Amino acid sequence: MFTTVYPQLIGLCTGALLLTSALMVWRHSLLASIRLLSVQGFALAALVAVIGVEEGELEVILVAVLVLLVKGMALPWVLARETHATTRTDEAPRLNPTAALLTVALLTILSYVVASRLLTGDTSISAHAAPIGLAMVLIGFLLLVTRRQAGSQLIGFLVLDNGIATVAFLTSGGVPLFLELGISLDVLLVVVILYVFAGRMRNKFGNTEIDQLRKLHD
Amino acid sequence: MSFALWTPLAIPAVLALLSLVVPSPALRRLSPVASSVAVLVSGLLLVSAVLADQVPTLAGGLLRADALSAYMLTVVGAVGLVSTWGGLGHAGNVPARFAGSYDALISVFLAAMSLAVIADNIGLMWAAVEATTIATAFLVGHHRTPRSLEAAWKYVILGSVGVAIALLGIVLIYAASRGTGEATLSWLVLSQAGLPLDPALIRAGGALAVLGFATKAGLAPMHSWLPDAHSQAPAPVSGLMSGVLLAVALYAILRIQTITDAVIGPDFLRIMLSVGGLLSLFVAAALLIRQRDFKRMLAYSSIEHMGMMAIGAAIGAAALPAVLLYVLGHGLTKATLFVISGRILEVEGTPKIDDVRALLVRRPGLAVLWLIAMAALIGFPPFSIFFSEVGIIVAGYATGMGVVVGIALVLLLVIFASLTRLTVAMTIGAPVAQTSASVAAPAAVLPSAAAPGIDVTGAMTGVVPAAGVGASVTPVDAEPRPEAPIVPDRSGHGPMLPLILALGTTAVVAFIAEPVGTLLTRAAEVLGGIQ
Repeated sequence: MFTTVYPQLIGLCTGALLLTSALMVWRHSLLASIRLLSVQGFALAALVAVIGVEEGELEVILVAVLVLLVKGMALPWVLARETHATTRTDEAPRLNPTAALLTVALLTILSYVVASRLLTGDTSISAHAAPIGLAMVLIGFLLLVTRRQAGSQLIGFLVLDNGIATVAFLTSGGVPLFLELGISLDVLLVVVILYVFAGRMRNKFGNTEIDQLRKLHD
Repeated sequence: MSFALWTPLAIPAVLALLSLVVPSPALRRLSPVASSVAVLVSGLLLVSAVLADQVPTLAGGLLRADALSAYMLTVVGAVGLVSTWGGLGHAGNVPARFAGSYDALISVFLAAMSLAVIADNIGLMWAAVEATTIATAFLVGHHRTPRSLEAAWKYVILGSVGVAIALLGIVLIYAASRGTGEATLSWLVLSQAGLPLDPALIRAGGALAVLGFATKAGLAPMHSWLPDAHSQAPAPVSGLMSGVLLAVALYAILRIQTITDAVIGPDFLRIMLSVGGLLSLFVAAALLIRQRDFKRMLAYSSIEHMGMMAIGAAIGAAALPAVLLYVLGHGLTKATLFVISGRILEVEGTPKIDDVRALLVRRPGLAVLWLIAMAALIGFPPFSIFFSEVGIIVAGYATGMGVVVGIALVLLLVIFASLTRLTVAMTIGAPVAQTSASVAAPAAVLPSAAAPGIDVTGAMTGVVPAAGVGASVTPVDAEPRPEAPIVPDRSGHGPMLPLILALGTTAVVAFIAEPVGTLLTRAAEVLGGIQ
């Protein structure tokens, strides 16, 4: 029974991951992006759970719970607290929505091309979906480069990280549990640190625009 | 001897906790020094074990000290000791409320770096390197000025994105390792020759991992965080980052290179590392020529030396002992220089080279060591950087990479000239008679006494010595005036012993064949060097 639904479930989860990433590029409101990030966290957790059930490994299911707690709940909560506390400043990105979405499409095609060269020896269903992870990494980069608010840059970093996790789970069933713990903790701490810095930035400059960080140069 | 594998992790961790709770500032400030000593002693114990043909392991092989790991742990401890002990005099303008967390974070940093070099697992090493980003983020932003905030933000974003790319590479290597039957991230397993690893995955994974760690190692074109972070962090932290963090990132690159070389041959990463190394040298040369800030000068010099080490790594087996010696020599020299630069910054109150003149006459206590350390950094014998650079260049010619080392040599000469000029500008010459000159002499000859508002004249006077005629100009504008006698400041403004020990070590280490030479050879063998 499960084996027949398995490919569809993998497709559904990775589809949700790609869709949320693309929507994050499209939407300019920070709060909307944070909600999408939370959805993405749930989709990633579901993907891990599906792989875990297919492989019948308890450890992978535990990782799914960890992903759900960290990426689905804790990180969006930290970010949302940061955003509610401030005046609602919407993003004015360097790319307009049409150009950005077009770039997303190009990046997705690019990642399929790269992955077809890379994963020649692997014909499993999960490896077929691995390009989605690469596409998410590239979309995360796009967000990092084109956004001007500190909070949006943070979201770009998290999409990048989700993409790496997706690649990890789809190509090798994820890294060992103790490593996943370490990686999740590191990412959580980085976000907390950037959150603290964004707070200091607001105290010093009155806003969180990255463009004003231009005093240090040669 | 395997207890020496957990001491460099546990003792700094405990000391970090203690420095958060101990109320006495005097005791608390000693805790980073004690952490460094713990790491250094553990490193030396492991080195002695390795030289006795043992390979200590712990926690089911998760922690393992071969010759390379033991050597790197010793480097971490030694550079840490110079930075923290030398930094004891550095009070800074730190609010007392944050002083405890400063000392705690340095201990955490040392523990994380120790874990990174003794972990026999790429993933664990990755987590440790990322943990150092977290520990150093607040250290870089410690002064809480807008500039240090900017440096810290750039550092965390670039550092964590770079390391995230490395994680993607590690994930691909992990996927490739399924070919061995059981997926693994152990260095020991993956470095064996003749493993059935997927070449396409290893190529992509190796490239991404090296790219990611190269960001952390400050190699161009991913270097832009480095000068900002190094110039804004407190001086001991800059020393730790330059001497330890960059070295550990290079260590990660060397280990990954061993894995990829066994599967797809050395050519692929050789090109990547050569390009990165030459670009780093070029960036350093271009930005050192007109450098105005002495801490940024040291930061660009770090980029230069990392570039040279990357070229050594690209050359491969023949250059590896020189590269490893380089790591120690550069770490100790740079830590010394950053510590002195922190003291100069504190007593002179300015990071501008133009405003710091005639140090040798005014403050011989700092200037003598600064001159000696700069000579070591520039690559004068008998200091070990000279022998490392010569070793890399000779090995490069021998392995048919003459063009690369030829270009590197030209760029090194440019850097040599720039650093010499800047050092001479800071130290040699006669001082400007401050009090009387500001009243009598025209403003154009007042580099240091000019009021802060007159930026234009300050910049103009800075240009004159920049043209290389500083020696002939200074006697004119520094006519001795009886009413303003200059009292030479012979104070070292902090502990001098660690700095003297560091420079002494770099001066003699290249001449000690036993055990240093043996250790370096064995460490290079771990990386598939000299068979």
